[in-house]
Amino acid sequence: MSISTFASTLQPAAPTSVVGRAYWQARDTWTVTKRNLRHFVRQPRLLVFSTIQPVMFVVLFAFVFGGVAGAAISGDVAYIDFLLPGLFVQSAAFRSTQTAVGLAEDLERGVVDRFRSMPMSRVAVLAGRTLADLVRSVAVILLMVAVGYAIGFRFTEGAVSAVGAVLIVALFGLLMSWLFILLALYVPGAEAAQTAGFVVVFPIVFASSIFVPLETMPPWLSTFAAQSPLTHAADAARAMSIGGEVLVPTLLTVAWCVALLALVIPLSVKRFRAMT
Amino acid sequence: MSAEPAVSVTDVRKRFGATHALTGVDLEVREGEVLGLLGPNGAGKTTLVRVLATLLRPDAGRALVLGHDVVREAGRVRQLIGLTGQYAAVDELLTGRENLQMFGELFHLSAADARRRADELLERFDLTDAASRPARTYSGGMRRRLDLASSLLVRPRLLFLDEPTTGLDPRSRNAIWAITRELVAEGMTLLLTTQYLEEADQLADRIAVIDHGHIIAEGTGDDLKDRVGGQVVDVVLVDAGQRDRALEALPDAEPVGSDREVRVAVTDGDPLASVQRVAEALRQQQIAVRDLGLRRPTLDDVFLQLTGTVAQAPEQGPDDDLREVVA
Repeated sequence: MSISTFASTLQPAAPTSVVGRAYWQARDTWTVTKRNLRHFVRQPRLLVFSTIQPVMFVVLFAFVFGGVAGAAISGDVAYIDFLLPGLFVQSAAFRSTQTAVGLAEDLERGVVDRFRSMPMSRVAVLAGRTLADLVRSVAVILLMVAVGYAIGFRFTEGAVSAVGAVLIVALFGLLMSWLFILLALYVPGAEAAQTAGFVVVFPIVFASSIFVPLETMPPWLSTFAAQSPLTHAADAARAMSIGGEVLVPTLLTVAWCVALLALVIPLSVKRFRAMT
Repeated sequence: MSAEPAVSVTDVRKRFGATHALTGVDLEVREGEVLGLLGPNGAGKTTLVRVLATLLRPDAGRALVLGHDVVREAGRVRQLIGLTGQYAAVDELLTGRENLQMFGELFHLSAADARRRADELLERFDLTDAASRPARTYSGGMRRRLDLASSLLVRPRLLFLDEPTTGLDPRSRNAIWAITRELVAEGMTLLLTTQYLEEADQLADRIAVIDHGHIIAEGTGDDLKDRVGGQVVDVVLVDAGQRDRALEALPDAEPVGSDREVRVAVTDGDPLASVQRVAEALRQQQIAVRDLGLRRPTLDDVFLQLTGTVAQAPEQGPDDDLREVVA
């Protein structure tokens, strides 16, 4: 207990080069990511909601629609094998609305004011949230795989392809998270973010190859769904899980993600800076 | 110590819709001094601090922190300041220690330095026992201490204390004051906003009074008191019915306060002579006196005269100070 402990001579490190700046951006992002992951495990309600819901989706969709939808699937593919890779994408898409809710709540808290008064990277506040949500997304997918295995799902294309299936969905989830970051920066309030998320995400998830093959839809809908990035992501994950055309849907998914991320990330950062 | 001021504000204006929060503020804070920004609720104190801390862009005017423009060189300013707000900006779900480590890392200390510094501050701010509990479980006073500690992971050259004791009980307030005095003793430059006269009088070298978005008076506590007037002799009579006779006996007296009080201004800079004159006049007329004393105007008088409102006592409720408009 001495006065001298106040007298820190420590000074914030100032980035002096492009490399230095990139290093601090990465480290700040990691610090914010750790904080958001801690938040996640310390909110039991959120933890339960975001783990039980995907498990319920796997079980309910597999057993409720398995009979009807399974008959519409060509070949001898079981519905759970068709469904599960699609549900990875569904889960990542639904989870991204939580990114908007989390950021909206942060913006209402004083702690973001402190962040903004500090010499830390601006991007880190946003990137740290999307990265934490990415970690969550992957954890939820692994949980879904475990549940899927219990009710008959099997990866048939080997370990590398299975990892590929998870990665392509993770990339897609990252894109969705950033889209919702942008939304949260324009639409104030957590509830607004949630509502907007539901209104937008719900239809685009169903208007895709996530739950059923496009051939079973009316032509106007299947034409729309065939262009959907969610269809590409589901097709890519499905092909890497149980076989089929991998290259085209994977390239399309990556192209969508890279193109939109290149647009959405700078727009979000610009908007966040302008809010200062 | 450099010649450039810690804060230099020229005609800064800020509007939120129809609300004119700042209507042309001019202010200077020298390095090493404690400036108390004193004003009633909604006077613009928090808005000004948010402009200086780079959280709000002014609509007009110029604000420099240690020579750096808060808009054009916001990044540089952020390396020099610490901000502690009336709404303790700590992470509710993280523990005290995690909060400090996180802020340390975000101030770009190494992980080891951040850890060590966090432990030092926890001890210094009497939070070691609570270090592993989420900040959500902290009392108001503990939260403010954690908030203040969060600004001191590195050494800011300018620290903003935005209403550091609003809403705190007297014991917690004294703890914050003690810490503030130690910071001052170390030569920290402070801009302290407060709606409590006592706080400004106790902690600040110089006081700027803000009302309706601009500075209406500036100086030391003594300067401001002198502006209201010099010393006075205050008399409280036993019987209110004798006040008219007292006013007759003392031609330069004026009635003040309750119906049994009169006040005489000290003349010729000789307070004892005035006391003697008042006492003799009352005695000759056989007017009974309950109390008779020499006193200086208080900051309360200053505040009342300048703003037309009575300042709040520290025990009263928290201040919203345009927070809802800002947020």
